[in-house]
Amino acid sequence: MAARVTTRSEHKAGGILLALPALLWLGLFFLLPLIIVLIISLMSRGSGGSAVLPFTFDQYTRVFDTFWIVLQRSILVALLTTAICLVAGYPLAYFITRRKTAFGRQFALFLVILPFWTNFLIRTYAWRVILGREGLVNNALLNAGLITEPLTLLNTEFAVVLGLVYGFLPFMVLPIYASLSRFDHRYIEAANDLGANDVTSFWRIMLPLTMPGVIAGCILVFIPAIGTFVTSDLLGGTRGLMIGNLIQNQYSGNGNMPLGAALSVVMMMVVVVALLFYARFGEEKK
Amino acid sequence: MGNSVITRSAVDSAAIAGVENVRFGMVVRSVGKAGLLATPLTAYFFLWAPILLLVLFSFNDSRAVDMWRGFTLRWYTNIFSGVMGTEARFSTELMMQALSNTLLVGLVSTLIATTLGTMIALSLARSNLPGKRIIDGLMFLPVVIPEITQGVSLAIFFKIVFDFLDSSTGMRAAPGFGTIIIGHVAFNISYVAIVVRARLANMNPRLEEAANDLGANTWQTFRRITLPLIMPGIVAGGLLALTLSMDDLVITFFNAGVGTTTLPMFVYGLIKTAVTPEVNALSTLMLVFSTIVVGVSLMLQNRYTERPYTRQ
Repeated sequence: MAARVTTRSEHKAGGILLALPALLWLGLFFLLPLIIVLIISLMSRGSGGSAVLPFTFDQYTRVFDTFWIVLQRSILVALLTTAICLVAGYPLAYFITRRKTAFGRQFALFLVILPFWTNFLIRTYAWRVILGREGLVNNALLNAGLITEPLTLLNTEFAVVLGLVYGFLPFMVLPIYASLSRFDHRYIEAANDLGANDVTSFWRIMLPLTMPGVIAGCILVFIPAIGTFVTSDLLGGTRGLMIGNLIQNQYSGNGNMPLGAALSVVMMMVVVVALLFYARFGEEKK
Repeated sequence: MGNSVITRSAVDSAAIAGVENVRFGMVVRSVGKAGLLATPLTAYFFLWAPILLLVLFSFNDSRAVDMWRGFTLRWYTNIFSGVMGTEARFSTELMMQALSNTLLVGLVSTLIATTLGTMIALSLARSNLPGKRIIDGLMFLPVVIPEITQGVSLAIFFKIVFDFLDSSTGMRAAPGFGTIIIGHVAFNISYVAIVVRARLANMNPRLEEAANDLGANTWQTFRRITLPLIMPGIVAGGLLALTLSMDDLVITFFNAGVGTTTLPMFVYGLIKTAVTPEVNALSTLMLVFSTIVVGVSLMLQNRYTERPYTRQ
């Protein structure tokens, strides 16, 4: 009994020592910077874009006033990306789970994951090659005589959504696949026997039972999409400017650090709302 | 009388509606079947076509992304003998410098993140820390907070610290390898800890108890029992950390200094300014490289996946 107690307290002391370096690192270089951003977002702009006193809500007023259009566009683009990924990803995940052999399933899944493992920049660059003014699509259409002037495909919101869907589709497929592979397809047969048609049995049986995967997938796509910086910078131009690019602009040239901080805080708030939604609806019900 | 007429027509229309329903159901079914096949095939095409096109055009003997005009390797040789973009800063020499910077940052940050991540994973799995739930939450934050927020907040933090050092002690510090590595470790600790914890959760704790009962002290138990059993998790976590570090653009972008350009930063600058066949060739080389890395890590994981001692 006594020996047991000593081990416990030893474990506790040892446990704290083991956790301490990582906690210090995260506290100092992750949490503290976030708190600093929160404070700076409430300060005024000084010379050269630095943050000075007094405290003010001016930055937030500007975010929801001058930059409301960008914020709105970011949220809309992220939602649209999530919706397209869902509509394309669910049938794809279903297709993968319905392969007959284990090898077939693994191979079909592998084909989704492999492009995803390649460098994100390269995958985004590929779309510049395809959509550019002298890109593949324009050249093909010009050669075929279907158009006389090159189309503006690059540097549009369309290109941003396309790039985001391309980048994050696997994030949607994987959790839905996980949910679908636990789904017992005999439920569908039972529903059909009881007179439900395919649409009904999908809406009433399959979708509700795979909802945790759907919600996890939506969160996993929405969060990086709202935080996009690279995709919108390379494919969006000024017409596809997102909140991430706006934040970056505040740190280069004649920037505005408090405004950049306020934009970051607002972006984090959107992410927190998404996470709360997930915590409320996304967890598997036991 | 009137009553029965109404009933009659109601029954008729119900029957007609029933037939219509069945017909509608069949239409839905055939459209659905076609859609269920067409959507995945389109999705696969969508996922693969851009990458394959890039590879194809890296061998095409034409500067324009146009027709196939014959096979050439000259874009590849161009990469290693001069300038690949439209500007002088995209020279072979600077690319090699960026590559070695990336490797340096990747190896150092992976080593630190793997050590710290494994330690906190052990601590969370094996002891009753006070505030464990809060720590769990904190560990997940770097995975879900957008990269740009992490990059920007860290850059502001370093600016404040450096300004303070300068004004109080006159010490001049500037962003560079140190700041990049600190940032990479900060997000990689979480990834390593999550992977190692998953492995620890699969391990049978009785094995450690048995070693204790047989007289092994805490260190011996760890060294001889726990460590070998969680090694696959540590290796997988380390490989993940290395990949994430070597691919990271955003956090590096905000925290790099003069002369510490990494390969993703180099490539980013390049593809932002130019679409040239040389860039296609460089992209193809990077694709081949990441495919090899993924292949090797899958092989390593497969070799370690037999789990004779895991909890049933």
